[in-house]
Amino acid sequence: MSTETAAQTLDVKGQNCPMPVIKTRGAFDDLAPGEVLEVVATDSGSMSDIAGWADSTDGAELVEQEEATEGGEDVYKHYLRKTE
Amino acid sequence: MSTDTSASADGDDATDPGSEPAPETVADLRTRIDDLESEVSDLRAEVDDDGAQKMVIIATKGTLDMAYPPLILASTAAAFGYDVTVFHTFWGLEILHEENSKDLKLSSVGNPNMPVPNVIGALPGMDRMTTRMMRNKIADNDVASIEELIETSLASGVELQACQMTIDLLGYDEDDFYDGVTTGVGAASAFQDMVDADIQLLV
Repeated sequence: MSTETAAQTLDVKGQNCPMPVIKTRGAFDDLAPGEVLEVVATDSGSMSDIAGWADSTDGAELVEQEEATEGGEDVYKHYLRKTE
Repeated sequence: MSTDTSASADGDDATDPGSEPAPETVADLRTRIDDLESEVSDLRAEVDDDGAQKMVIIATKGTLDMAYPPLILASTAAAFGYDVTVFHTFWGLEILHEENSKDLKLSSVGNPNMPVPNVIGALPGMDRMTTRMMRNKIADNDVASIEELIETSLASGVELQACQMTIDLLGYDEDDFYDGVTTGVGAASAFQDMVDADIQLLV
């Protein structure tokens, strides 16, 4: 994500379902309106889980998701904006 | 024709769209509008109070594999903003028992997906072996422990209830359960929660 800067980063690497979504919710609650949260996960299921969570949660907007390889492991990055 | 018009005008002022309504009619209407507005705002407040959606899970099983689904769903639903209650009854109570929850077993018989045939699985010590295999898999795959899921659920506001009748039946004490677990509840309160809930599940 080049154009936006995340206000906070949540590292949930090494955690599996349902933890990435639950911890995302917790970190998201601490965000101010307009801020973006970056979530870094190794759970491939987090791609659909976090998208689904953002879709059903008022005030949460999924800005972007991306897959990358860091230090030889697959990581899944999620960017969520708090809209209200 | 002129007699018809005058008869109608004399008959009922209020229904004649051309004439001004009497002042007392306007006052009545204003009062009525005020009443309706306050009624609408009361109803809105009631709906907002009860705005969160609700899920109730009845957890009846206490094997390691069956302890996961209710806790995973409960904590996930809480992350979606649901009010969640899990009512633990019969062997489901073991999940909330602080000591026993750390030692939940997997049955090596009656599950065709097990790598051992039932006749072997029934031998002494086999449950312990299959349970150890499962625990290793859980740890290897970064899956949370039951204890972690209980703490997470409670921290997310999930109400974990222990059926009082089963507590008495199994001879447990209120102190045997995790801090934050609700005791002293029965079928009637579980049923009442289910009536109000959007989602009800029996696990």
